[in-house]
Amino acid sequence: MSTPLIRARNLTRVYRLGGGDVHALAGIDVDIERGEYVAVMGASGSGKSTFMNLLGALDRPTSGTLVVDGASLADQTPDQLAAFRNKSVGFVFQQFNLLARTTALDNVSLPLIYRGMSAAKRKARAEDCLRMVGLGDRMDHHPSQLSGGQQQRVAIARALAGEPSILLADEPTGALDSQTSADVMGIFDELNTSGITIILVTHEDEVGAHAKRRLWFRDGLIVEDQR
Amino acid sequence: MNMMAALPVALTALRVNALRSFLAILGVIIGVAAVIATVSLAQGASDAVEEQIASLGANSLNIRAGSNQRGGRRGGAGSGTPFSSDDVDALRTQLPIIVAASGTVQGSITAVVDGINWPTQILGAHPDYVEVRDWTIGEGRLYTPQENLRGSRVAVLGQTVVDELFPSGGAVGATVRVAGQPFEVIGILAERGQGGFGQDQDDIILAPISTVRDRVVGFARAGVRDPVQTVWVEIAPGEDMDLAVAEVEDFLRILRDIEPGEEDDFAVRNFAEFIRAFNETENILGLMLASAGLITLFVGGIGIMNVMLVSVTERTREIGLRLAIGARRADIRNQFLIESVVLCSLGGAIGLALGVGISLSAESLGPMVGADDLAVSVDPTIALVAIGASAGVGVLFGFYPAMRASRLDPIEALRHE
Repeated sequence: MSTPLIRARNLTRVYRLGGGDVHALAGIDVDIERGEYVAVMGASGSGKSTFMNLLGALDRPTSGTLVVDGASLADQTPDQLAAFRNKSVGFVFQQFNLLARTTALDNVSLPLIYRGMSAAKRKARAEDCLRMVGLGDRMDHHPSQLSGGQQQRVAIARALAGEPSILLADEPTGALDSQTSADVMGIFDELNTSGITIILVTHEDEVGAHAKRRLWFRDGLIVEDQR
Repeated sequence: MNMMAALPVALTALRVNALRSFLAILGVIIGVAAVIATVSLAQGASDAVEEQIASLGANSLNIRAGSNQRGGRRGGAGSGTPFSSDDVDALRTQLPIIVAASGTVQGSITAVVDGINWPTQILGAHPDYVEVRDWTIGEGRLYTPQENLRGSRVAVLGQTVVDELFPSGGAVGATVRVAGQPFEVIGILAERGQGGFGQDQDDIILAPISTVRDRVVGFARAGVRDPVQTVWVEIAPGEDMDLAVAEVEDFLRILRDIEPGEEDDFAVRNFAEFIRAFNETENILGLMLASAGLITLFVGGIGIMNVMLVSVTERTREIGLRLAIGARRADIRNQFLIESVVLCSLGGAIGLALGVGISLSAESLGPMVGADDLAVSVDPTIALVAIGASAGVGVLFGFYPAMRASRLDPIEALRHE
């Protein structure tokens, strides 16, 4: 039996606040295989964003085990986690988070800088990624010169630049109208068809419908695993 | 990401925020410019004074018979047994470190030519004197040692005397009457201008010492043949002046039969000492200016820190994003540190250019406001120090904001509005 891409066992994340402990994740077990297209669904406060942050190594579990792409994220040094974020995952955010006054090309090549890749290689790779999301003719545009949908496509290209094992998208269509949302989801569908593992957090059913598997979160637990 | 990769990231960030970057470094620019300008002007002024002191003859020693001491009552300087021309000859011929030596006898006189009077000073000296004091003959010739010994009535005039007595020229070959004696003018001293203490160095007549002593001033002391008022000697170039002074003192103690333990009855003064004393005040001045500059840079550094903190806050989301896509904390710290250092160095470089510009324009504009000999000297070391100190300020004041940036929590930072 092959090891799944993601394996979580009794995974918890407890926030210590003034009024007592908040169990954002109350012990979840889940396996996600390479090539899956998963939507993490649930109301706000259900723990889905916490799960996403743990998968992307932006946060560390309080207890339990989490192995992603062969790395046990509970016991890695901060620098190892940085390297993991750089190589194993690609993030897509609701607010795009592109650097202002910076060309699409430079935005996309940003993750590669932290890898010490040469400028020529970075440029070639970033150009490929921008073409992949259909922005081959907008490489020198600044974010302010692009529409919301185009900006999110730049962000997707940036997430792809590092050739990650997993694409993590947190409410990727939350800031877009329905038409551009459909366009962006179309890109995700295509990327999954080409073999990329996609995990997206959303509370919209239409978005969740694009995924082949839906994990429903409530009160820090997975209450339903729809395939 | 190493430092070399961090540089383009930092430079891009600075270019993208050009106006804020400029405002941030304004303090450093003004500070460095002010320091460069003041230090250059101070350096120029001290160079000028040093030049004047050197014109006194940096390698020369001045020797005077000191106070005589009788029964505890001391006379003033020069009241003791004077040196004689024989003593001067002994110094010149017996001490190898001495390359030229001359006694002098000086007096105030009135020079007359065809009914024109000019009150001035006559200086009787050996021809060596011109060498000791680094004087030059501008026209005609100097008298020879033979003429000096013989007591010839020949004279070399300073330019001021020439201008006063021979307004229509033709000084060389003419006759000047001094104390009723006719002197043949055989040469003119090259113009030397104002001395370090404001006196006119060209208002002088130089003549053989025996002539001046015996025929003009009438300087005599019982028991001393051919006395002189002061002695000037020039030490061979490259000799240690302190050792030379000691050697001359030892020689003179033997010459004047001073027992060990007894005090010298003469004083040897070294003009190099004046220069050294002057350099000390110059160093203190430089130190004060440097500390003033340091304070200015410090204030500029506070400005940099302020702007860097604002920049970190403003770019919290950017920092969060960079952490999310794989920047290590050290990468973030280095980025902001490099930004700060590049900013400050840039400020230092602009300030340097501005300071040099101010200095040079002060030099060329000086004469318009009456500051004729305003000299400027831009020291390359100061320039390097200014840029280096600016970069240092960048590290010092950029460190705290950079650390703050690197310690941000990526999730919090990404949510920052």
